[in-house]
Amino acid sequence: MVEETSALGLVLGGDPALYEIVRLSLAVSLSATALAALVALPLGAYLALVDFPGRPFVIVVLNAFMGLPPVVVGLAAFLLLSRSGPLGFLGILFTPRAMVFAQALLVIPIIAALTRQTIEDLWTEYRDELTAMRVAPMPRVATLIWDARFSLVTVLLAGFGRAAAEVGTVMIVGGNIDGFTRTMTTAIALETSKGDLALAMGLGIVLITLIVLVNAAAWSIRRIGEIHAG
Amino acid sequence: MQIPRSTIAVTFAFLVLFCTQAVAQEKSIVVASTTSTQDSGLFKHILPRFEAKTGIKVRVIAQGTGQALDTGRRGDADVVFVHAKPQEQKFVADGFGVRRFDVMYNDFVLIGPKSDPAGIAGTKDIAAALAAIKAKQAPFVSRGDRSGTHQAELALWKAAGIDIAADKGPWYREIGQGMGAALNTASAMNAYVLADRGTFISFKNRGELAVAVAGDRRLFNQYGIILVSPEKFSHVRKDQGQAFIDWITSAEGQSAIGEYRIGGQQLFFPNAAQRP
Repeated sequence: MVEETSALGLVLGGDPALYEIVRLSLAVSLSATALAALVALPLGAYLALVDFPGRPFVIVVLNAFMGLPPVVVGLAAFLLLSRSGPLGFLGILFTPRAMVFAQALLVIPIIAALTRQTIEDLWTEYRDELTAMRVAPMPRVATLIWDARFSLVTVLLAGFGRAAAEVGTVMIVGGNIDGFTRTMTTAIALETSKGDLALAMGLGIVLITLIVLVNAAAWSIRRIGEIHAG
Repeated sequence: MQIPRSTIAVTFAFLVLFCTQAVAQEKSIVVASTTSTQDSGLFKHILPRFEAKTGIKVRVIAQGTGQALDTGRRGDADVVFVHAKPQEQKFVADGFGVRRFDVMYNDFVLIGPKSDPAGIAGTKDIAAALAAIKAKQAPFVSRGDRSGTHQAELALWKAAGIDIAADKGPWYREIGQGMGAALNTASAMNAYVLADRGTFISFKNRGELAVAVAGDRRLFNQYGIILVSPEKFSHVRKDQGQAFIDWITSAEGQSAIGEYRIGGQQLFFPNAAQRP
């Protein structure tokens, strides 16, 4: 079983349990990033373009929340999703969906804050042109997001990196259930607690390699996109 | 427009992957249990047998006993499987659990560095050993997390006539973490630590640590299992939860527990009462 094998053997041997953990980690963090992007991209663009009372306050809070402690987000998500909490009727605590939900909460401020900055910088550049052409607010947002798309890929990667690397929220709302909610990071925490430091380190190297691969894939997509966009 | 479309497609693929997976596994229960039962590898040994027989998937959340009972109190688990009898009885008395059953026992052992600064290695009297540790101010790692092991440790200090809350000094280090983390910490600072035998046998990063004191009757460690009250929480899967309790206390479940060994050593001793 897992205890008896070396980390290298696990990786090279394509251990099905490890494969499942890797699949879940990627699926949870990518879904969380996608879910967060649905909320955070429009939110960031809105904050960049629309002035309203209290806007500086919202921006400061959003920037500060980029550093939200995962364990606090996990606890908040746990209290919301617990059977005794307001969203308890969903019955998703200790499932992968709860992990997606919690990681999305964690990542929304990062994507929203960085999107706001990116779009705002672009807006100063485009302001005169778009205003002169009398472009309506919604198409205006669409244009800015589209033209900032390559920078926004990096923004999404920052969000994904945060989600994939954290252990605090998924441990609390997922419960680290073997074969169901165990991710790379919770598996590393577990093996460390079992005193199998070599296996824990091996899993850590696998995780870092995966994150590098995801970033390399995104970079390639971006390069291809840039070439096609001329 | 190629990029956003592919991004959306990938996103949807992952979301679909999730939904299908969550729906596919319907017959399952959530068991809030302790780090000792999981870290020792017991569940990996016994659960596949239960799952093969009944088709019920058991999802174990390994927490300290105090936290596991809280999980049950919130209705977030179907079954709790823990080791702190007084707290378990209170859990049932308060109406959160249906009934408590004995399952198995093992024992606590006092672990210490081979250099043995308190001079207690090989003795049997746990109270005298703790008194010696305090007298010598030898480093001691406490779980400090309301777990069953932590509760047992506090009771043993009391048995030694020491009010640890008042008498603790810098030598007494409460880390507020699980059994494995406590052993890692003790290993790093060559401290004494109270552990359940099962976790210590399966623990790999021992360094200079070895069993110092064992065999005292006060080191007995009983495990019990309780179905979370379906009256209090209507979503509790009582039939599947009860099926697990019935199985683990049956002759078949009991022998599965008794068969589990690491390096020839038996980790848990089944002792469920015969039930009608």
